[in-house]
Amino acid sequence: MDIWTFGWTVALIGMGGTMLVLWCLSLLILLLKKIFPYQPDESATQKG
Amino acid sequence: MESAIISGLQGLFLGITNLGLGHVIMIIIGSLLLYLGISKGYEPLLLLPIGFGAILVNIPLAGLMDEHGFFRFIYNNGVLTEVFPLLIFVGIGAMTDFQPLLENPKIILLGAAGQFGIFLTLLLALAVGFDKLDAIAVAIIGACDGPTAIYVSSKFAPHLLGAVSVAAYSYMSLVPLIQPPIMRWLTTDKERKIVMGVVKQPVSKTTKILFPIVVTVVASILAPLGAALIGTVMLGNLMKESGAVDRLKSASENEIANIVTLLLGLAIGATMEAEKFLRGETLMVLALGLIAIGLDTAVGVLFGKLMCLLTGGKINPLIGAAGISAFPMSARVVQMEGQKYNKKSYLLMHAMSANASGQIGSVIAAAVMLSVLKGMGIVG
Repeated sequence: MDIWTFGWTVALIGMGGTMLVLWCLSLLILLLKKIFPYQPDESATQKG
Repeated sequence: MESAIISGLQGLFLGITNLGLGHVIMIIIGSLLLYLGISKGYEPLLLLPIGFGAILVNIPLAGLMDEHGFFRFIYNNGVLTEVFPLLIFVGIGAMTDFQPLLENPKIILLGAAGQFGIFLTLLLALAVGFDKLDAIAVAIIGACDGPTAIYVSSKFAPHLLGAVSVAAYSYMSLVPLIQPPIMRWLTTDKERKIVMGVVKQPVSKTTKILFPIVVTVVASILAPLGAALIGTVMLGNLMKESGAVDRLKSASENEIANIVTLLLGLAIGATMEAEKFLRGETLMVLALGLIAIGLDTAVGVLFGKLMCLLTGGKINPLIGAAGISAFPMSARVVQMEGQKYNKKSYLLMHAMSANASGQIGSVIAAAVMLSVLKGMGIVG
């Protein structure tokens, strides 16, 4: 494999892959927040 | 008797007679690193042991990097095995608060854009003649994340470890000088003045505890070769958020991190032997590292501009510059730049979200790159 095929492949899949993985994580965070919403009394419990 | 005395005296002068110009230059470079760490406060925890290690390893005939030398033992067992950067990651995870990111997860994409400098620098490194694996090691400076840079370069190009590490840590500490001109160059006055609304979405403790577990499982399945990188950061964060293992958390962010930082610094300094370090390629590594961090900033800001456009001007593009891993320095730079143009603009919390995203982003980018290389058969 020549260096440019290598370079462009790693660069394009790398950038796309990084973006994709982080986008998936953002969706999972939103999902977690929906399933386990913050309860207003949580902070009082934690402090107490 | 006379010849024995002469031989003995010769032994005393062996160090001097074997001292070359290269050794002297490296001792000066080591001293410069000590100066930057001690007097200028640039990453002193790393630059002090690196600088001292560089001085010691360039003492002629000291043999510290010989087969049974003190530095060789540390280097072989801590760096080549990748144990040191991974232990540092546990400490980083234990010290990092991902709350700003959890409050505002849409910002996470800025943490991806802030890593694009890695991949663009890879192309530049190939263009100037580095071979494939060396180019990967140079490009990873763009992660703006010392342990990631050390992990990847020790894996693929251990001969570049010294230059890559010095570049990574030096440029991280120079973020306040590197980023602002690029931020100003790529944004308009109107964009820099955008005031972002307050995002206040408290996060439950359960979410905070599940976050590191979910990230580890999902990201490691998507990029398996980065499981060690991702897993160690998230292990540290789980210890912090669970509140169940305060002793382990405390040890990770204090005793373990301190000991490993000392040994890691010495081991990196040990790779800076004159004959290996004083080469043209070292200067190329330093130059490309600077370009990598500049490109990270530029792409982050440009992505911020895109988000600004898509949200109808609700996002200040300056926060894109914080999508790198230099935490929280980069977020502070964004806050200061925003304040220069609009005293009513408080970008810190948004920039912290982007900066926390950059911390995860750098590890994910490295993990993705390792997995792509594995898929292409470049690494075993």
